[in-house]
Amino acid sequence: MQGSPNPGLSVNISTPTGSTGAKDHVAAGPMRMSIKKVNFFYGSKQILFDISMGIADKRVTALIGPSGCGKSTLLRTLNRMHETVNTSRLEGEILLDQQNILAQDVTLLRRRVGMVFQRPNPFPKSIFENVAYGPRINGFKGSISEVVEKSLRNAALWEEVKDHLHKSAYELSGGQQQRLCIARALAVDPEVLLLDEPCSALDPISTAKIEELLIDLKNLTTITIVTHNMQQAARVSDFTAFLLTGQLIEFRPTPQLFTTPGDPRTEAYITGRFG
Amino acid sequence: MNTARLRWRRFVSYFMLTMTGICAFVSVIVLFLILGYLLFNGGTSINWAFFTQLPKPVGEVGGGMANAIVGSAKLLLAASLIGVPVGFLGGIYLAEFSGPTVASVVRYAADLLNGVPSIVIGIFAYSLVVLPFKHFSTLAGAFALGLMMIPITLRSTEEFLGAVPRMLREGAMALGASKWRTIKTVIVPAAYRGILTAILLALARVAGETAPLLFTAFGNRFWSQGWTQPTASLPVVIFNYAVSPYEDWHRQAWAAGLVLLGLILIINILARTILSRGIAVPRG
Repeated sequence: MQGSPNPGLSVNISTPTGSTGAKDHVAAGPMRMSIKKVNFFYGSKQILFDISMGIADKRVTALIGPSGCGKSTLLRTLNRMHETVNTSRLEGEILLDQQNILAQDVTLLRRRVGMVFQRPNPFPKSIFENVAYGPRINGFKGSISEVVEKSLRNAALWEEVKDHLHKSAYELSGGQQQRLCIARALAVDPEVLLLDEPCSALDPISTAKIEELLIDLKNLTTITIVTHNMQQAARVSDFTAFLLTGQLIEFRPTPQLFTTPGDPRTEAYITGRFG
Repeated sequence: MNTARLRWRRFVSYFMLTMTGICAFVSVIVLFLILGYLLFNGGTSINWAFFTQLPKPVGEVGGGMANAIVGSAKLLLAASLIGVPVGFLGGIYLAEFSGPTVASVVRYAADLLNGVPSIVIGIFAYSLVVLPFKHFSTLAGAFALGLMMIPITLRSTEEFLGAVPRMLREGAMALGASKWRTIKTVIVPAAYRGILTAILLALARVAGETAPLLFTAFGNRFWSQGWTQPTASLPVVIFNYAVSPYEDWHRQAWAAGLVLLGLILIINILARTILSRGIAVPRG
């Protein structure tokens, strides 16, 4: 694990094949998802231009860039949440395990590719029912309470809520609500977890907790995170993609991108000359 | 600063303060005056017999309005069975499925329907239900009241569903919920308190309607013989008794008015209780 920002955490990463290759080239190592020549439009306005990149298995990939660069849009194409906007149009291919997601049943796809949003959005239900929601609607046969406990543990929330699982989710703090949303997403055992600026509405302590959590979660799932916070990308991610005005400017292992950026625009952004 | 001008401004300010205060007070006092008047005039006629007995013939003292109370309850039940499903499901369609053009047309039509005078609704129900079956009936009355409930239920369902934050929908859809499932398990539960309150208020509103019942449910001195037979109802009884020349009937009409108001009050309190229970989606 190159350039782990948090060496104090004992994180055991299992890499199926050729993990060393990732140091030299982003495309090396097993890819969970591949984005191929994606162009994206809202109506006649083009948002993304010819984006190609891979999402490495059991790694954290960060998308960074200034507001309006298309990083959230790109993230939302990965589980086709962009389709909730009628005028959206996507060209190109997005593969999940070599299968084009655009040709799949969208509800099945979203069970495999989970999402956590910018602001915590728990349902108006109890803590327990929030986590149980995904397994329930997906016809899970088995012990729901076991899944709930496991998911809450994985989201590092169990100890804080185990004695009041049946209280309203809205009684939790903002940071707890966001971890609840992560637990809710984990409960359906997603292969890929997308996070859209998950800490932008949170205080620094809650943010730190979620960042620690993300590093732990690499054992379980593949993570893609959008953030406008460069330090956050540097702390939690293995790979970073820098987007600008809908174009992918640079995509490299995180330590390289932040220490020796290959493009002057990347350097200008990470040194704070714009953004 | 010109002191005369300042004095004038102060005067206008105090004058407007007084006027708005008086008007606010008047709107509250009207309710209490009505309540007090009903209690004063009808309170003495309310007793156990009023709720359990049939009306006595003219000249005999006593008797009650059990048939009208049960009749009103039946009318409201059947009206809800007609009006609530149509309005509720239509509201879901409007909020979740229809395009903006269809939605605005349906919305406008619903607002117009809401503005149709209740007596016209009565005539409509008369020609559509009473004439073909050749007699007045509970069902015809319920049909008229049900029609009146549709636009209120529809508009409020649409409004409360539309107010559910978009991020809740996305949360459900991101977990693999289909659109219908999202509506059923997240959006409607998040909005149900508002919708239920609106339905109860619609019920309270039609509970007092007299005009649409005059030539549909008609009226009945005795127990209604079934859904296809005419039935007594509180508002119609109040109307008939109030215009009668008999002193005793006047008192009974007051009492019936009091019962009707009590009924509506109970529905309102019920609505508020529902509002204060369950998990509300925080605003903002």
